[in-house]
Amino acid sequence: MSDKELLVTKIREGTVIDHIPAGRALAVLRVLGINGSEGYRVALVMNVESKKMVRKDIVKISGRTVDEKESNLITLIAPNATINIIKDYDVTKKMKMKVPSVIEGLLRCPNPSCITNNDPEAFTNFLTVSESPLLLKCSYCETIIDEMQVVKQVL
Amino acid sequence: MPRALLPKHIISSLDLDRREVDTIFDMADEYEKKGRVSKELSGKVIALAFFEPSTRTKNSFESAVKRLGASTIGFSSSEGTSVEKGETIADTVRMLEGYSDMIIIRHKFDGTAKFASEVSHVPIINAGDGKHEHPTQSIIDLYTVRKIKGHIEGLNFCVLGDLKYGRAVNSLLRLLTKFKPGKVFLVSPQQLKLREEVKSTLNYPVIETSSLQDVIGETDVLYVTRIQKERFADEVEFEKVKESYKVDLKAVEMMKRDSIILHPLPRVNEIDRKVDKTPQAKYFYQASLGVQVRMAIIKYLFGGLK
Ligand SMILES: Nc1ncnc2c1ncn2[C@@H]1O[C@H](COP(=O)(O)OP(=O)(O)OP(=O)(O)O)[C@@H](O)[C@H]1O
Ligand SMILES: [Mg+2]
Ligand SMILES: [Zn+2]
Repeated sequence: MSDKELLVTKIREGTVIDHIPAGRALAVLRVLGINGSEGYRVALVMNVESKKMVRKDIVKISGRTVDEKESNLITLIAPNATINIIKDYDVTKKMKMKVPSVIEGLLRCPNPSCITNNDPEAFTNFLTVSESPLLLKCSYCETIIDEMQVVKQVL
Repeated sequence: MPRALLPKHIISSLDLDRREVDTIFDMADEYEKKGRVSKELSGKVIALAFFEPSTRTKNSFESAVKRLGASTIGFSSSEGTSVEKGETIADTVRMLEGYSDMIIIRHKFDGTAKFASEVSHVPIINAGDGKHEHPTQSIIDLYTVRKIKGHIEGLNFCVLGDLKYGRAVNSLLRLLTKFKPGKVFLVSPQQLKLREEVKSTLNYPVIETSSLQDVIGETDVLYVTRIQKERFADEVEFEKVKESYKVDLKAVEMMKRDSIILHPLPRVNEIDRKVDKTPQAKYFYQASLGVQVRMAIIKYLFGGLK
């Protein structure tokens, strides 16, 4: 790995999320619940050339790891991302990700008449009906949302 | 709670398997034989939580409860209830489950019955949730078909009208997944076609068309639903559509002699009143079967067979 490729200085401990579709780095941070106020040092690289994709985004977070549940949620908006856990400047683990079968809370149902938009105790719950193309179904009103709707909501 | 101890609910017609539907049909036949009177549920209290106003469904359930020897509590329309004062659905369900052994719920929001079932420790029956489902209506519908035709398998169904917002239609088409129907025609204006999320849960092919004429001659069971004005942005468009989906004597003439016409009621103008006297018109008979079917459904949820 050349320093030219790094764009930012190496991190000692943390997470590098690579191969994010161009323009979705902020959405990835949103899924992780990171908005800057937590104090983590975060580097965002957007729209850079990539060998595997035309252009990609990269997110590097110092001092924070990403767990399995979070990795799975990231697949919703960045299905081909790689999540690298960094320890002592080296990649020590690449998280295995799979599309979650149930997504609780994160998303909003677009149906205004859905109970989840009308009762303070009813939280959203989506079931994955197809991984590729991504299709999620509200388990209350059965409205189906696709990948674009998920990205738009998360951003 | 282990699965076996969880209360059984009826939220969608997909919640019942074929054996359960047949059991309910047989129990409804039994109740009819006994003059629709039974004391099996004496002492039980059943809550009717009709957040959305209803006369037909509510009265039919109320009659069924009383004919089983149980009594009712509850309310119809949220006016004058604590819901109006801002009580959440969850809190209302928690209150009602403390006072009753079963909750029958109707609400204008999609998914309310499922949400209630997650809060409740007593069985929930969905009596209509928004544009989503109305499973007990569909059990009455197919019970009527079985009573008249002797079977459901292989019959050609034609479902006509508002297929996009009709909860009775969703439940009917889903209940049909248990019965291997013949051809299933879906006849509606372009803008009121069956939603993909419902169509994708069916296990048989459907034939979609906007012309009733093309399929009415092949139909055994014509299921008519109302097209509501509110669904159209344009009044002129609504008037046009309304006329072309009306079932009149001319339409009935094209039907097979032994075919039947059903309607979940209330009917407005979608079936010409002259049709009421034809041998195909079975919608009032269908409505009359509602009480014994609902008796069977309620009893089934309390512990199945006698
Ligand atoms: N200490 C570090 N600080 C910041 N970024 C790092 C560090 N170590 C690796 N990376 C970045 O993490 C990503 C994965 O590193 P790795 O060495 O596994 O590259 P790779 O072999 O290209 O992996 P992949 O096949 O997933 O692209 C790369 O984008 C790399 O630039
Ligand atoms: Mg690489
Ligand atoms: Zn919903």
